[in-house]
Amino acid sequence: MNRSRVPLYTTLAVLLFFYLPIVVLVINSFNASRFGGTWDGWTLKWYAKLFTQRDIWLALKNTLIIAVGATAGSVVLGTTAAFALHRYGKSRLQRVHYSLIYTPLVVPEILMGISLLLFFVAIGAELGLFTIFLAHVTFCTSYVAMVVLARLQDFDFSIIEAAQDLGAGWWTTTWKVLLPLLAPGIAAGGLLAFTLSIDDFVISFFVAGPGSTTLPIRIYSMIKFGSPPLINALSTLLLVVTFTLVALSQRLTERRRA
Amino acid sequence: MGEFLEFDNVSRHYGDIRAVDGVSLAVRKGEFFSLLGPSGCGKTTLLRMLAGFETPDAGRVFLDGKDITAQPANERKVNTIFQSYALFPHLSVWDNIAFGPRIAKRPRKEIAEDVEKMLKLIQLSDQAWKKPDQLSGGQKQRVAIARALINKPQVLLLDEPLAALDLKLRQRMLIELDLIHDQVGITFLYVTHDQGEAMSLSDRIAVMDHGKIEQIGTPAEIYEAPRSSFVAAFIGDTNFFEGEVDEIIEGEYSRLEIEGFPPVVCFNDKQLVDGVPVFISIRPEKFRIWREKPDLDWKHTVVKGTVEDVIYLGHSTKYWVRVQDYRIAVHRQHHRFLLDEKPIRWHDDVWLSWHADDGFMLERYREADEQLMETPPEKVGEAQGRT
Ligand SMILES: Nc1ncnc2c1ncn2[C@@H]1O[C@H](COP(=O)(O)OP(=O)(O)O)[C@@H](O)[C@H]1O
Ligand SMILES: [Mg+2]
Repeated sequence: MNRSRVPLYTTLAVLLFFYLPIVVLVINSFNASRFGGTWDGWTLKWYAKLFTQRDIWLALKNTLIIAVGATAGSVVLGTTAAFALHRYGKSRLQRVHYSLIYTPLVVPEILMGISLLLFFVAIGAELGLFTIFLAHVTFCTSYVAMVVLARLQDFDFSIIEAAQDLGAGWWTTTWKVLLPLLAPGIAAGGLLAFTLSIDDFVISFFVAGPGSTTLPIRIYSMIKFGSPPLINALSTLLLVVTFTLVALSQRLTERRRA
Repeated sequence: MGEFLEFDNVSRHYGDIRAVDGVSLAVRKGEFFSLLGPSGCGKTTLLRMLAGFETPDAGRVFLDGKDITAQPANERKVNTIFQSYALFPHLSVWDNIAFGPRIAKRPRKEIAEDVEKMLKLIQLSDQAWKKPDQLSGGQKQRVAIARALINKPQVLLLDEPLAALDLKLRQRMLIELDLIHDQVGITFLYVTHDQGEAMSLSDRIAVMDHGKIEQIGTPAEIYEAPRSSFVAAFIGDTNFFEGEVDEIIEGEYSRLEIEGFPPVVCFNDKQLVDGVPVFISIRPEKFRIWREKPDLDWKHTVVKGTVEDVIYLGHSTKYWVRVQDYRIAVHRQHHRFLLDEKPIRWHDDVWLSWHADDGFMLERYREADEQLMETPPEKVGEAQGRT
């Protein structure tokens, strides 16, 4: 029974490498000391202080408005795109479509940010919440489309025919059969879009304007001018929200597989 | 017309593939009608054109005197049992069955009564609130049947409904389907590639190949009087012989010349004459096998051959008998266990006889159809000889 411990150690090392900075950040957000170097005991005062900062509330409001809007927009676009891709996936047009949908997932964010900025400037759009919303819709749509497409791939379409066979028209089939069955996939895609939108920094940074500061952008500027413990607290909150949403989204996609 | 369901010269092509190619077919009201043919011959496509999921490229479909060719699927009074069952996974058994009547906006009380009736028919009253994935294959199948039948369709379409079940269950569902058909009196259009299923259930069968109808008839007609080599070989086992009509005798019969055989008397309903090449099909169980040359009347043909293989099958024994260039498959039932009779063995010389009415002249012959049948082992060595 002398099994090698190497895999165990590697796993631990990788986990440590990944999560140590995050763990340090989370612990420090409860640190009474103003500076991360020393430990002055547990406190929740940074969190309390966070809630008194007007500009943070404003940033949160902006972030949520954009996230909700971008989620709604990308769910509609992404789902319809996934349907088109699934239904006509073999035609040349749809293969181009697939590549186009897929591209935002692999293109460097900074490139997307710059190109969107240049585009908005070129058409004379005023940078602000709306431009961020548009930018978020573009990449969120890709993610939603991919998640829904994966669900469609193991969807038994004879069920749709069965509904029609039993007298259901297009509308009834969509509402009574198609959407209930795809809801988990669409919800998973939506949650993912929501998370991505909340967390996005690079692209938002490029297309944001005065008064449209989002939370990640706010955090960034706090690093330069603000107090580190506040950043820790804010980041921890953001982390909790993100983790929860991602976990939820994963549960939704796994559910009906069983 | 006057037929209940009719396909009139219907075609459906996918690019170069002629999935259904000029099919005309008429089904009577209340009939159990089967489409039988090998996989890929176009059965499903034909069925889907009746269900409304495919539109014919050419031809028309009539149901109960109405042209339904262009009618959308959800407006047709036909229902389908899908091979994959296609039950709604998010709905209970009860809600699955109630789906159709609810769409039709029938009164709630009536729906409830009908669903209960259906549940009783399929013997699942106690499982009404289960979801489909909590049911066994056979139960799902029955729910699919109930979900379709509750709408009282004019035709029930079944696309290989038993293919996904194991053998034991298949046999039970076969009996249940038969019972249900008798009880509800609805026209059934049944698609299968399994000749056993088609033979045992159907009033009539249409045998299909390469998108075309090869023959339509009762199971007995199809088996006993196949019109083409395809039908003869696809349904059961047979032997083909190639010959030429020599002369017609007594109207219905004619004498054939088959190379290396004595003159063969054969029933000749096609009234073929003089020198016309013909192919005949003779089923293995139509032969009688003798140790001594039998003395039979003129309607019998007697030929001498050598046994090349003997295969004991329990209910019968199969012999491969070499006669000239032919290897003839012969089935013989065991009527009694004859201890005193010397069994026929490998290498024995035997006599085969058959009656003129047992050979059937084919209208169409294709050499490729021979591949559909079990072929004898080519080289028979001493070691392979069995008793
Ligand atoms: N949607 C389709 N696109 C292209 N070819 C098809 C399609 N549906 C069926 N076919 C082809 O048509 C032929 C008949 O198919 P089908 O009707 O499913 O046969 P069967 O049910 O007898 O097995 C097959 O060669 C099949 O590949
Ligand atoms: Mg089929």
